[in-house]
Amino acid sequence: MLNNEKIVGFIGQKILRLISLLIVVCFVSFMLIQFSPIDPVRAYIGEMPVSEEHKAKLEEYWGVNTPPQEKFLNWAGDVLKGNFGTSLIYRMPVTDVIKERFAASLVLMAASWLFSGVLGFILGIVAGMKKGTWIDKAIKTYCYVLAATPTFWLALILLMVFSVYLGWFPIGLSVPIGVIAENVTFFDWLLRLILPALTLSLLGVAQIALFTREKLIEVLSSDYVLFAKARGEKGLDLVLRHGIRNVALPAITLQFLGFSELFGGTVLVEQVFSYPGIGQAAVAAGLRSDVPLLLGIVIVSACFVFLGNSIADIIYQFVDPRIKQQEASI
Amino acid sequence: MGKQAEIIAEEKNKTEALLKVEDISLYFIQYASGLRQTELKVISNLSIEAYRGEILAVVGSSGSGKSLLAHAILGILPSNAKLDGKMEYNGQKLTQEKKEEIRGKEIAIIPQTITYLDPLMRISNQVIGCVEEKNEGLMKKLQRDIFQRYDLKPDVEKMFPHELSGGMTRRVLVSTAVISSAKLIIADEPTPGLDEKTLNETLSYFKDMANKGCAVILITHDIEAALKISNKIAVFYAGTVLEVANVEDFKNDGENLRHPYTKALWNALPQNKFQIINGQQPMPDEVIDGCIFYERCSKKNDLCSKGIPQFKKVNGGVVRCNNVS
Amino acid sequence: MSTAVVTVNKGVFRGLNLRQKTFLIIGFTSLLLLTIVISSVFLGDESLQTNFGSKNLNPSPEHPFGTDWMGRDMFIRTLKGLGLSILIGAFASTISSILAIILGLLSSTGKMADSIISWLVDLFLSIPHLLLIIIISIGFGGGATGIIVGVALTHWTSLTRVVRAEIKQLKTQEYIHISINLGKSKLWIATKHILPHLIPQIFLGTILMFPHAILHEASATFLGFGLSPHEPAIGIILSESMKYLSAGYWWLAFFPGLSLLIVVLAFDMIGDNLGKIMDPRSAQE
Repeated sequence: MLNNEKIVGFIGQKILRLISLLIVVCFVSFMLIQFSPIDPVRAYIGEMPVSEEHKAKLEEYWGVNTPPQEKFLNWAGDVLKGNFGTSLIYRMPVTDVIKERFAASLVLMAASWLFSGVLGFILGIVAGMKKGTWIDKAIKTYCYVLAATPTFWLALILLMVFSVYLGWFPIGLSVPIGVIAENVTFFDWLLRLILPALTLSLLGVAQIALFTREKLIEVLSSDYVLFAKARGEKGLDLVLRHGIRNVALPAITLQFLGFSELFGGTVLVEQVFSYPGIGQAAVAAGLRSDVPLLLGIVIVSACFVFLGNSIADIIYQFVDPRIKQQEASI
Repeated sequence: MGKQAEIIAEEKNKTEALLKVEDISLYFIQYASGLRQTELKVISNLSIEAYRGEILAVVGSSGSGKSLLAHAILGILPSNAKLDGKMEYNGQKLTQEKKEEIRGKEIAIIPQTITYLDPLMRISNQVIGCVEEKNEGLMKKLQRDIFQRYDLKPDVEKMFPHELSGGMTRRVLVSTAVISSAKLIIADEPTPGLDEKTLNETLSYFKDMANKGCAVILITHDIEAALKISNKIAVFYAGTVLEVANVEDFKNDGENLRHPYTKALWNALPQNKFQIINGQQPMPDEVIDGCIFYERCSKKNDLCSKGIPQFKKVNGGVVRCNNVS
Repeated sequence: MSTAVVTVNKGVFRGLNLRQKTFLIIGFTSLLLLTIVISSVFLGDESLQTNFGSKNLNPSPEHPFGTDWMGRDMFIRTLKGLGLSILIGAFASTISSILAIILGLLSSTGKMADSIISWLVDLFLSIPHLLLIIIISIGFGGGATGIIVGVALTHWTSLTRVVRAEIKQLKTQEYIHISINLGKSKLWIATKHILPHLIPQIFLGTILMFPHAILHEASATFLGFGLSPHEPAIGIILSESMKYLSAGYWWLAFFPGLSLLIVVLAFDMIGDNLGKIMDPRSAQE
């Protein structure tokens, strides 16, 4: 009974938060772009030759002469109806662009999220178990260096080594939007996924590994591990029995809290590998003032980060038995 | 013939100490300032013996390094600790390897607080410990029996440590030692924070264990609790044992007690004279050449400040004091 | 009972204790970073003259990082780019720290202010960092201003939390209560009692912010939202290098990026080591 009430309360609270957050995020982003000194028409046209007539049409389309608050209300009203407008650069409804692009990015992010999580956890456990040895030092150095590595540079290096030098992967991976679904085989798609996913995974390992290491060292110096030793437990068995149990939950929570960084990394990696995902779309939309698309992406990314944080909260509040107990006793 | 040999062996078992700790010293290597490393001596020249069927109480004030003695016997000291001296278990030399081999099987510790239980593991699992799969059923049954004996309800099995009450925690911790069928049981401060009833109950568990033939070492700061059940009392002071007295020696004015500190301890009890002696225990980093109790002793003489007094057997007990004969 | 004093020296820095070692690392890395900044400022534009006679050269003793398609020396370009990145990072971090101090102090003035600031922190953390920088940078017209504001407005959150938590903890201290009872004003308490305790924390927080700020600036610039293509920024150099990757001019990307990595690592090291000195718990190690 109590638990059900708590879950309903939790979900209600989360939804309220999400709604209030989205309203503010929409408003602030809209106004930021609105009041930007960058002329959206010029940014869109770029170097294309355009007739005066066409330009006037574009200005009307952008509503250069409509007051901003009216524009915001129009846009917000449409968004509430589920209409995010039409992307100018892709000439498709924003929802369609986001759906397609986000799906592609999601595969990339999920792959690297899982891989970096598992690898990072294992490395952290190994380093923590062998604290002070050369293997610990090697893992730590690897993590520190990776944490300082610019994502896009690592992407460039991998591209140079594997695509240019070794020729294992194609260099220009870009595929025009709309083609992806029909003309790309599974193998092509996989080929295009590997390098970006590898880049993100390699970088994602650092944080989780260092965290796991710290946490395991803390656990291994705890009273209960000392007691377990006193009872004859030792070595790997002891780490598996007590270490993993106590480290896994915080580590998974941390991994969910990393959605924001993951998204940022995806933007950079997609740009280097021309991976047709949402990050690349965001960059294109930003550079060419595709306001409806950019705002759509902002909303989606905010939801994505919110989801990660909420899952972390759920783990913290509902899965960890200690928290469950404390709440119940209040 | 065989039977007789067995009897002799058994006789010998009773008189031979199960655990002999001879003249051990324990140091910690620490950073002082900068890169200077110092050795901090927390236990010095300590000797005790534990016999089957007996309870030996190691009594001393909090923070005097008693728990470390338990950790030293089990070989679970931190890596910057250095242990000197000799230990023997059942006639065999107790090396670190031997400790690792027999801990949990022959020697069990009953820890002090709930923090010694894994916060995320269910109680039943923790009490049973790490066992081979084929023994699991057997151990489960054993655990249920023990829980029943200690009046722990079946739903405790599925609980997590934080859900236990103080008394339950104590019984669960005791169960971990009982299930191991160890011969030597070290209880580290098992009594603080317990009400009168739970205290007596807990003490009775140890008496039970001793009656079943175990050697019990009871580490405590509570001399009254120790006197209730112990056979012998080792008085722990500033990292060493000053006297090992029989429990019968603690009576009246303490005239049968050998060491001035033991007497002072006895007289400090509320039901006795309630007298408190001046001064305080020396800190581990103080350099003392003579008797460790020198500063506070009322009977000190010149000899006491030069060299540590040797252990002497007096009246069925042992004492480290120059002024006793 | 006796104490023996043993002195043990191990490792590379024989004869130095850990604290001296820490100071040495801090000094050395600071010197490296300072050299980069100063030399980048004093290197005139003439050192970057185009020389089509020596374009696209491999790294050599004369041009350790090679040359680009206009014959410019990549080492000089990298140096200037790093200097610019460090300056922008430092500038943006400083603004961020000031913001963090103000918001952190404000949050301690009342329940209302506290919840508004917590909400503000949540708001800024709700959008992926890089995307937020991009939007803010667009909002402020892009270029150097856009990127500085973008980075400055997105890095204050963690330090604000630190300041807020620290104040909360300080407020429970006895001497603060006494000051309140003595009728001292809030401002007086804040400046006399709370700020002095916060300064080391803030200093460390700012240093630890540097590497993030630098990396984010480079990332946004790389994507085309930061400094204009005429500036000698690392992000620009790397984004230009992408055009020449298939031609095999690996050095255009490799060395500038590696240098950026080293700079970021140097800042991380300074931050970590300063933290070690200031944290009383690890000071004993």
